[in-house]
Amino acid sequence: MLYREVGEFKTSYAQDSQTFPIRFDRYRYYFVIIVGLLFIPFVINDYWANAVFLPFLIYAIAALGLNILTGYCGQVSLGTGGFMAVGAYASYKLMTAFPDLNIFFVIILSGFVTALVGTLFGLPSLRIKGFYLAVATLAAQFFLIWLFNKVGWFYNYSATGMITSPSRSVGSFFITGSESTPAAKYLFCFLFVFLLAWVARNLTRGKIGRSWMAIRDMDIAAEIIGVNPLIAKLSAFAISSFYVGVAGALFFSVYLGAVEPTEAFSIQKSFIVLFMVIIGGLGSIFGSFAGAAFMVLMPVALKNLLVLQFGWSVDIAAHFEFIIIGGLIIFFLIVEPHGLAQLWNLLKQKLRIWPFPY
Amino acid sequence: MSADFLYTIEVILNGLMAGVLYSLVALGFVLIFKASGIFNYAQGVMALFAALTLVGLQEGRVPFAHLINAVFGTKVHHFDWTLPAIAAIIFTILVMVLFAVLVEKLILKHLVNQEPIILFMATIGLAYFMEGFGDLMWGSDVKTLNVGIPQGGSLWFEDFTIGWAAEGEKFYGMYVDLLDVWAAIIAISLVLFLTVFSQYTKSGRALRAVADDHQAALSVGISLRVIWVLVWSISGFVALVAGMMWGAKSGVQFSLSLIALKALPVLMLGGFTSIPGAIVGGLIIGAGEKLFEFFMAPIIGGATENWFAYVLALLFLVFRPQGLFGEKIIERV
Repeated sequence: MLYREVGEFKTSYAQDSQTFPIRFDRYRYYFVIIVGLLFIPFVINDYWANAVFLPFLIYAIAALGLNILTGYCGQVSLGTGGFMAVGAYASYKLMTAFPDLNIFFVIILSGFVTALVGTLFGLPSLRIKGFYLAVATLAAQFFLIWLFNKVGWFYNYSATGMITSPSRSVGSFFITGSESTPAAKYLFCFLFVFLLAWVARNLTRGKIGRSWMAIRDMDIAAEIIGVNPLIAKLSAFAISSFYVGVAGALFFSVYLGAVEPTEAFSIQKSFIVLFMVIIGGLGSIFGSFAGAAFMVLMPVALKNLLVLQFGWSVDIAAHFEFIIIGGLIIFFLIVEPHGLAQLWNLLKQKLRIWPFPY
Repeated sequence: MSADFLYTIEVILNGLMAGVLYSLVALGFVLIFKASGIFNYAQGVMALFAALTLVGLQEGRVPFAHLINAVFGTKVHHFDWTLPAIAAIIFTILVMVLFAVLVEKLILKHLVNQEPIILFMATIGLAYFMEGFGDLMWGSDVKTLNVGIPQGGSLWFEDFTIGWAAEGEKFYGMYVDLLDVWAAIIAISLVLFLTVFSQYTKSGRALRAVADDHQAALSVGISLRVIWVLVWSISGFVALVAGMMWGAKSGVQFSLSLIALKALPVLMLGGFTSIPGAIVGGLIIGAGEKLFEFFMAPIIGGATENWFAYVLALLFLVFRPQGLFGEKIIERV
């Protein structure tokens, strides 16, 4: 009833190529933006910001990045945690070296630094494929974390080996440090998510996105029809690492405030982001958001349910959390290997013909 | 011989011994990858689970004791009996076979013909599940495992090598852990057993047929599902052996599952599809990382073992993208 494409006539090229061609989708998108910008910042508190919204937004950026690499270009990477660490440490070094630089540009620049590192570690992808490449990216993960632990320059020779983000503000609103408010942090991350998702969407349907997908579907065939694998693969690595680096920088400076590399950017992070991409849906922008929401909300919901509602002791609840997360992941893969995005598409298909399916 | 030279030999020797343990884990990966094309990340957690079960059975712990106590308010923790090591091992093997059957019935059956990455993700899900389940079943405390394998330095070998150093050098003989020696012996006999099994038995032949070509194997009447149960059971058994060795070495605890990460570069180096590759790869990685740590740690700082294996494997791969012994990758359009 509501979800119809009949009666929508496109009269210009701009209308024909817009991101949301169906009116209902477009309104839903505006609705989400308006709620995100005008409603949530006024009701958000510390708990909701730290437990739900900030991790969701930041992981969504990381998932977008990994989706570009794995979902669109078909190169499986397990080095996400390491690249997030690069972003975090780049932002820390930039913040401490240039105290006057606006935090917005610090985050963007850390993204570029990560892109550089990512391209470097992407070089083997020209020779190595499939699982061999996935395992090879683990080299990046372990090497980078080791580097940040061992070389004092990265953490300014602090005694604890941790990095702590100094107070930085945009205008009069503090984004990082102890004086920051949840609403300011939230809006700052929201801005990045909005911009990066918009860029990702338009990159993936443009020329470069098509060349990625050609490489993903069959790289030799893509080469024959004139896609340059060097440019396609390395650009995917660079752009994906940019996203992941921005996510890492936000994760450190805005969300956590102080990190220690072995804990915060362990291989578990790489797996979690990969789960988001797979559960959300490979090669789908919406899927990155859905996957991030799922993986962030599920542990919170489980903890609330098991510990607060059923009154179980924390360690049993933690064990059950593992069991349930593992079980749900397998369940999802069996029921819908193409992820939440595919479920969403099926739902839309059903909605189109509802209530008269025949 | 100078003492430095002897120290280097000692480092290589210990590296090779450690490498054997890596190969043990890698072996489980290779078996499953060959037979079903699944990259089984849960191999490390399987080793942990097998070791936990072994300890639990041996000491007569009550499974799910913590949960039972929390729900019913009781205080059970141990049964009255303890099992001899050999009986506990046999029961653990049965548990691993049951595990293989369940994995096939509940997971693999539903994921036939999916893309490799989906299967890989499913095994990571399985790893999470097993981790929680193992801890819930047997408790998350660190357990000591003792199945009667001798441990500690070999005095005989120390005495044997002490005379090698030149006169007046400070050298007290080479240190070799007996456990490592036993692990090497067990690993070698395991590989021999697997080779004989796959060459000379009917199921072994079926296994090789499936590894060669799924379709062709199906068409001559080999049941893929039976083969999968078989191969998961065998790698469950390999996981038990690996878990036993590592558990005896460093205690049975969560970190045991991380040996999977140690085995991955071994696999890369040797090739995902080659059993000899897993062994040779393990030896190269084991000796290589110990040597690198020995020579480079004073210069660039210690704890290089975490990443050196990966970088070494990466360098090898740039020259041989399918690993040392892997099947040549033939691509068709």
